[in-house]
Amino acid sequence: MRIIYHIIVKELLQFRRDRRMVAVSFLAPVVQLLLLGYAATTDIKEIPMLVFNQDKSSTSREFVNQFINSGYFVVKEEVNSSKDIDRHIENGDVWLALVIPPDFSDNLLAMRQTSVQLLADGSDANSANVSIAYASQIVSKYSQSIVVNLREKFPGIKQPARINPEVRIWYNPELKSRNFMVPGVLAMVLLIVTMTLTSLGIVKEKEIGTLEQLMITPIKPYQLIIGKLLPFVIIGALDVGLVLIVARFWFGVPLQGSVLLLLGLSGLFVLTTLGLGLFVSTISKTQQQAMMTAQFFFFMPFIFFSGFTFPIENMPQIIQYLTYAIPLRYYIVIVRGIFLKGVGVAELWQQALALLLFGVLILSLSVWRFKKRLS
Amino acid sequence: MENAIEVNNLTKIFGNFAAVDHISFTVKPGEIFGFLGANGAGKSTTIRMLCGLLMATSGTAKVGGYDINTQPDLVKQSIGYMSQRFSLYEDLTVEENIRFFGGVYGIPNQRLQDRMKWAVKMAGLHGREKSLTKTLSGGWKQRLALGCAILHEPKILFLDEPTSGVDPISRRNFWELISQLSAQGVTVLVTTHYLDEAEYCDDIILINAGRLIAGGSPKELKTEHITYPILEVEASNVIAAMDLLKDKPWVVEISLFGTYLHIGVQKEETGRDEISKILSSNQIAVKRVDAIVPSLEDVFLHLLEEDLKRKAS
Repeated sequence: MRIIYHIIVKELLQFRRDRRMVAVSFLAPVVQLLLLGYAATTDIKEIPMLVFNQDKSSTSREFVNQFINSGYFVVKEEVNSSKDIDRHIENGDVWLALVIPPDFSDNLLAMRQTSVQLLADGSDANSANVSIAYASQIVSKYSQSIVVNLREKFPGIKQPARINPEVRIWYNPELKSRNFMVPGVLAMVLLIVTMTLTSLGIVKEKEIGTLEQLMITPIKPYQLIIGKLLPFVIIGALDVGLVLIVARFWFGVPLQGSVLLLLGLSGLFVLTTLGLGLFVSTISKTQQQAMMTAQFFFFMPFIFFSGFTFPIENMPQIIQYLTYAIPLRYYIVIVRGIFLKGVGVAELWQQALALLLFGVLILSLSVWRFKKRLS
Repeated sequence: MENAIEVNNLTKIFGNFAAVDHISFTVKPGEIFGFLGANGAGKSTTIRMLCGLLMATSGTAKVGGYDINTQPDLVKQSIGYMSQRFSLYEDLTVEENIRFFGGVYGIPNQRLQDRMKWAVKMAGLHGREKSLTKTLSGGWKQRLALGCAILHEPKILFLDEPTSGVDPISRRNFWELISQLSAQGVTVLVTTHYLDEAEYCDDIILINAGRLIAGGSPKELKTEHITYPILEVEASNVIAAMDLLKDKPWVVEISLFGTYLHIGVQKEETGRDEISKILSSNQIAVKRVDAIVPSLEDVFLHLLEEDLKRKAS
């Protein structure tokens, strides 16, 4: 035990002295969170829109104000013909047009069903989707407030007028892509930090020759492995904590599920990342090689095929099968599930089991290979 | 008394290349044992097998009474090892390096305090305990690496080219440390390709292409292998002189030593006469011709040449 202790102390001292590594380990996760939380967000604000109000009543103006006050839309122009709408949308200077029919307020007052037209620029499907979704929400909200108002004025009515778009959004009612990205970043950070530190920590000793010096000492291979891996588990745990705090208190992403469960299942995932780090160190002679190997053979496929960036359901069937071989896939499901849906062991046990199997398999293979390399 | 190291037909084969080819030798306790040979001759491979870093293909060896094939852990506990790379952690301080290596050798805390003081003193690093190792010069790093390698007071010390890349004064200081250790009873096996360093050794072996060529004390080697006189010649154009003399029947061996020639001759008197005669008739001024005691370098060049001839025939 004392030998392992001495190795751990040494590793942490060396880590502390390597300013770049400290920065990469603790600053990079925050920067990544900020980038993905702010810059890479697919949330859209101040969507440029047109209004073609054929009604011109106080009711219809109040309706238009709902769009402006939401903060999501900016009314660029009020136009008077549908030709103007065509022109503006073709030029791309507005993403959405709202057309209010001449009988809008009449219908509402007469308690008849009415409709408004929402025209979106389909050339950017994503923006259009988001704009339509926001707009539909505003419409249905307004529709409900009318119902409430009318019921107050005419308590006797049975079926009041409504504007009735069907919109259903699950788990992320505000359509905030940030809520979706931030938990993914937690998984990425844990993968990259623990795997990189492990592989570099060992390859560095190979490069400067101290690994050979260690092999002359009575250190047993298992002591060396535990002593080299545990410090990075500690650093990984600190990173998880850091990302959780920034996600919760800076971005206000709600953490619906149990923090303890998240930490526990993160432990399972770390088995895999440490194992991969160890494996990379056995096939690399220099730190550059280790970095390149980690990036091209692990980080990139993990990022692309784990569902972190692209939804797995949209991939070709054959690629979907492939994603089952990517351990990060299971962890992403776990992190998002605990974060956004607040689910527990009952829903996540399959993912947890997969991570455990991958972790034990990868780590024991790597330990075996590492030991073989040493002798 | 039992030998500190006994090596028996030790062999290491990489692919179809024999890096070490049936080497046998013994090292007596407390002696400084020099292991000489050119780069790639198999010195490091042998040392690495003796330290338990590398499995031998065949053959046996006992280090400190333990078998390297069957008791590698006991071997590791009883030896110290320092390589030419002075394997220290450059990003740790002097003190942290000592504490780490002491810790992994399982030295108890109380004892480690004493050993740390000792190592700092030995390396001449008093007052620099908190300095990062990367800020130390080569000679200091070398002494610190030695200190770390013997914190656990091993009876046997392996040094693999310990003085490469170190200035001459540091080299001299280092050899003084080695002599002190030897006087305290530590057996030191040292590889080097500096032949002047071989003079510090009690016993030497020379290996070439994985095979043992010769062994003995420096004195024995110098007297046993070269039986003919050697003349040191200083002349105006030694290269031209070498060309003129090398095929003469009375010349046994000829080699260039800087601006001098060392010429082994059958008889000293006739050699002197012939050399003066031939060189002056070719407009080469002879400044000096002296009979000398052969240096280890003469001996090894002679031995390597013999080995080459043996292989050719």
